[in-house]
Amino acid sequence: MSSVRARIAPYLLSFPGWFWLGLFFLLPIITVLSVALQTGNPDTGYTFTWHWSEFSTVLSNYNGELVRSFIYGGISTLAAFVIAYPMAYWIAFHGGLHKSTYLFIILLPFFVSFVIRTLAWQFLLSDNGIVLGSLKSIGLLPQSTHVLSTPFAVIAGLTYNALPYMVLPLYVAIEKIDRRVVRAAGDLYASGVQAFFRVILPLSSAGIFAGFLLVFVTNVGDYVNASILGGPGTTMIGNVIQNSYLENLDYPTASALSSILMVLLLFVIWLYARVFGTEAVEEAVA
Amino acid sequence: MSSQDDSLEQGVDPALLRGLTEPRFTRRQALKVGGAGAGALSIGALLSACGVAGTANNSSKSSSVGTAAWWKKQKQAGILDFANWPLYIDTSHGKHPSLEQFTKATGIKVNYFEVIQDNAPFYAQISPTLRSGQSIGYDIVVMTSNSWQLTEMLNINKWAVPLDHSQLPNFAKYASPLVTSPGYDPGNKYTAAWQSGFTGIAYNPQLTGREITSVHDLWDPKFKGHVGMMSDNTELGSLGMLALGIDPQHSTVSDWHKAAKLLNQQKASGLVRQYYDQSYIKALENGDTWITQAWSGDIYQANNSGYPHLKFVVPKEGVMIWTDNMLIPLHAKHPVDALKWMNFYYQPKVAAEVADWVDYITPVPDAKPILVKQDPAVGKSPLVFPTAAMNKKVHQYYNFKNYNEFQTWNNIFNPIIQA
Repeated sequence: MSSVRARIAPYLLSFPGWFWLGLFFLLPIITVLSVALQTGNPDTGYTFTWHWSEFSTVLSNYNGELVRSFIYGGISTLAAFVIAYPMAYWIAFHGGLHKSTYLFIILLPFFVSFVIRTLAWQFLLSDNGIVLGSLKSIGLLPQSTHVLSTPFAVIAGLTYNALPYMVLPLYVAIEKIDRRVVRAAGDLYASGVQAFFRVILPLSSAGIFAGFLLVFVTNVGDYVNASILGGPGTTMIGNVIQNSYLENLDYPTASALSSILMVLLLFVIWLYARVFGTEAVEEAVA
Repeated sequence: MSSQDDSLEQGVDPALLRGLTEPRFTRRQALKVGGAGAGALSIGALLSACGVAGTANNSSKSSSVGTAAWWKKQKQAGILDFANWPLYIDTSHGKHPSLEQFTKATGIKVNYFEVIQDNAPFYAQISPTLRSGQSIGYDIVVMTSNSWQLTEMLNINKWAVPLDHSQLPNFAKYASPLVTSPGYDPGNKYTAAWQSGFTGIAYNPQLTGREITSVHDLWDPKFKGHVGMMSDNTELGSLGMLALGIDPQHSTVSDWHKAAKLLNQQKASGLVRQYYDQSYIKALENGDTWITQAWSGDIYQANNSGYPHLKFVVPKEGVMIWTDNMLIPLHAKHPVDALKWMNFYYQPKVAAEVADWVDYITPVPDAKPILVKQDPAVGKSPLVFPTAAMNKKVHQYYNFKNYNEFQTWNNIFNPIIQA
């Protein structure tokens, strides 16, 4: 009697988790896939027709936006990594008693909606705004210079908004590194640089992976930065999906694009795991 | 103009209170949904069960709604639930004087909700409820003439209650010819205008260095990289047609292609800074754009809030007029109270009060003499009371007949904005 109970207890205990996954993960994904394969319109109704050609149509219409999103997402993730790693490293190794204060400062921008923060950048970077206006008035920049509505502005915005998501997992990973291992590297005649690249960096790979995952996935699908800081040539795939859903009520296009985006992102993450090893992935998840 | 922070003083958001207290679904519906979930066993069955029924109303089930006999049966309830856009009614210390006068005159208590941010998301919120044949909890909603969503409400799904014009004597007497019997609602069967506005051109004379008179100035190579265009594809496409001398309301698909070609050429030559939503006004104020497509009311407000040098022009090729319309959604609980408010609003005195605060084009031209006396800055402004010469240049938007037309338009103009 008690052995039966012992056997089913784990299942009973994990039931809320399975229920959650089914209701909020599996069901929405099946719905998205299903809508992508339907034909029709909101007025006459949608019928399920296995309309696979929807995928090739949207791919040929929006391949430019897809490629651009991955390029912007990739550059901004790398930039965020390059900026965030020294920050996380410094806080973990040299933060001393004030570690939590520094982390709090990094988290502080979260207290303001990120749309508002992006709008603030729009204000700061405007042609005659605080930054460009003053540089122009002292003759350091030609009058025609502008930063807004360029790919640079969009990528910078993506990097800025993603920075905390990169710093936090890196900090957690670096903080966990045993200092004695670093000292041992020194005892074995490793220079500081060697110790960093051969000991610290590999030991923080789980944090790097988690940071890349969080930032890359969010940034590739982002549409806020492109619509606030971008111009006519910086539309990202998120803008197309948002517009198809909300403005055009074209659900099949939006669903097909969402599915393609999801598959491509999974592929990139799989590739990362293949190249850098799966231990990092498991550690990051754990 | 009163402070824009007034809404903060009201304490608990009434919309939230309403959501907490009003049942959204009946128990029968909940059972139905539950049953459907239990029934869908395999993924294959689930996938094909996902087909969605259309919303178009072909049946005559609700055909009695809005007839004279139907209106005769309706009674005044003493309550009006009014959904509108933010900052779109006279406001003083968190209260709305025009609504309070209405309550005093009729005994009808008004619950005013500023819940409409844009036509598309609002429509997305209310359409599932309307489709299920339930009241959305509002007796009046305000939607824009050039939006596809208004076409959905009025002509395709028929989710609006036909108005009883015998109860709207003030509308007959005072409504401006600009808003009577418009193309999107012949005979004002379903709608009465709330406010209108022009979509024309605004510019910063200090940066353009010259006066702007024509739509073609948006194609002037001297303004390269500093031209603002709208990301709303209805506005964008209509302007393209004005530039070609085509009346958008009576345009054809081949006209749309011609307009798109002209607009693409504008983008390809690097003239366009950005396709803007409401943020175009910030870009103009900042000097990022020198010349831009613009809504009249915004320029009026910018003129009065630190940017007096910005100018709005009605180009010689014409100007688009849009109208935000009051309508009674199907299954509204207090339709008589809604009609009472519409009639009350069309008194010149009340319309003047709202226009004085909102600064868009009021549908009641007789409000002008009142405002000329009380607030000459507003009363004499051609952006609130357009001149006869301006009215002659007015064009209406194209009215889509069905979803396929709307889709064709999107497929022609969206690639310009998104590329």
